[in-house]
Amino acid sequence: MQMQTLQFVKKAAPPWTAGTINTPAGSVFRLSSDWSRPDYWGMIKSRSGAFRMNYAVAPGLYAVGDPTKDSDVFVTANYKLTFDMLRRELKGMHAWILVLDTKSINVWCAAGKGTFGTDELVNRIAATKLETVVGHRRLILPQLGAVGVNAAEVQKRTGFRISFGPVQAKDIPAYVRAGYKKTIEMRTIRFSMLDRLVLTPMELNPAMKKFPWLAAGILLFFGLEPQGVLFKQAWFGGLPYLVLGLASVLGGAFVTPALLPFIPFRSFAIKGWLVGLLAVFAVHQLLHLPAQGDTMAMIVSYLFFPVMSSYIALQFTGSTTFTGMSGVRKELKIGIPVYIGASVISLLLLIALKIKEWGLL
Amino acid sequence: MGAPVKYLANVTTLTYAADKCAGCGRCVEVCPQGVFEMRDKRAAIIVRDLCMECGACARNCEFGAISVNAGVGCAAALINSMLTGGEPSCDCGGSGSSCCG
Ligand code: SF4
Ligand code: SF4
Repeated sequence: MQMQTLQFVKKAAPPWTAGTINTPAGSVFRLSSDWSRPDYWGMIKSRSGAFRMNYAVAPGLYAVGDPTKDSDVFVTANYKLTFDMLRRELKGMHAWILVLDTKSINVWCAAGKGTFGTDELVNRIAATKLETVVGHRRLILPQLGAVGVNAAEVQKRTGFRISFGPVQAKDIPAYVRAGYKKTIEMRTIRFSMLDRLVLTPMELNPAMKKFPWLAAGILLFFGLEPQGVLFKQAWFGGLPYLVLGLASVLGGAFVTPALLPFIPFRSFAIKGWLVGLLAVFAVHQLLHLPAQGDTMAMIVSYLFFPVMSSYIALQFTGSTTFTGMSGVRKELKIGIPVYIGASVISLLLLIALKIKEWGLL
Repeated sequence: MGAPVKYLANVTTLTYAADKCAGCGRCVEVCPQGVFEMRDKRAAIIVRDLCMECGACARNCEFGAISVNAGVGCAAALINSMLTGGEPSCDCGGSGSSCCG
């Protein structure tokens, strides 16, 4: 019998735990603060935007080291990557971690949606009987959780007083050492080149998924002859435009985010447009376009591709931390008519081009 | 990286009524953009254009001194809401949206 239960516990315990400890509220998993190879692999996978859904931590209470009734309680989301960052930073400390059910979404986004919110925190405190595990009434929340959690209301309903800790888990040791005080660096989001680069796969992925449609459209256009779709025509005529398309995707989804502060203008749409314009110019130079002095095709490329890059760059506002709703709305209000207008005019010009080519006029 | 990247000027809906401020310092503690600082036991807006309308300050000011039209600054979400007429929200679970890394 004994053996069986032991086996059962072993099976149920996630690989990042190291045994259990007993509390007045029952037994609690103790976390290993070391990162194993699967943890690193998981970070890479979740960064690349794949497998994000099935990467969760069961909500509830966890122990780090040998926490007592006086140890700090850190609250976090059940997004594995967020949880792993916290676990790593708490290495060598004795503390409790309260994991909220945010549907495996990070703190920032979950707070915006309200899943990292007042109700979930209040309910999770009750479900874990936290008041029996610790003697004090203090909680430390990640600062970005303040978007969803009303600290005063939590205190009214549970008695626990909330301190919003640093934005980033890596500042927690310094924050604790400083007597739970934050420097301005700890409480503001820095959006460094590295932060931005890490996010670009998330931009490139969806953009590249749509790329085959554009490619098919381009090839079809160039291949379309009165006698049917000619493969050779499609390939030789279309290739430069495939390169242009690829260059503008890269310009909008990679170059613009990476070089954000160095590109003039505050508007993302204008930044993306500028980069797209440069990309189109560079491709024209490299491939010696237009081949047969075809100015109409050149006008279309300068009209359409920078606008595409601009649109893609605007999508990066979803990953940035400093773009507010009113600002993005303003960009869209001006941007969308321009995008639609440029696309429609490009299409009309292309049709005119074909008509001329076929000698229909 | 040096100074924070600034977004469009004069678009934030942030409002602050200093006469209601009780000086608790919560807004300084929660604002991720460093918009507020304490000056003479009261909050003061020091860099308004850095506000990204996250709403943390308004949600956590017990004294109702702050209001902001909070929402997601995400083009995909806003386009969606324009098309469907619904509230803009980042579809974090789905694979299509790049919001919320
Ligand atoms: S949270 Fe409200 S009451 Fe507290 S300092 Fe800020 S404005 Fe004043
Ligand atoms: S809405 Fe967010 S960014 Fe703007 S002042 Fe409030 S806490 Fe700061």
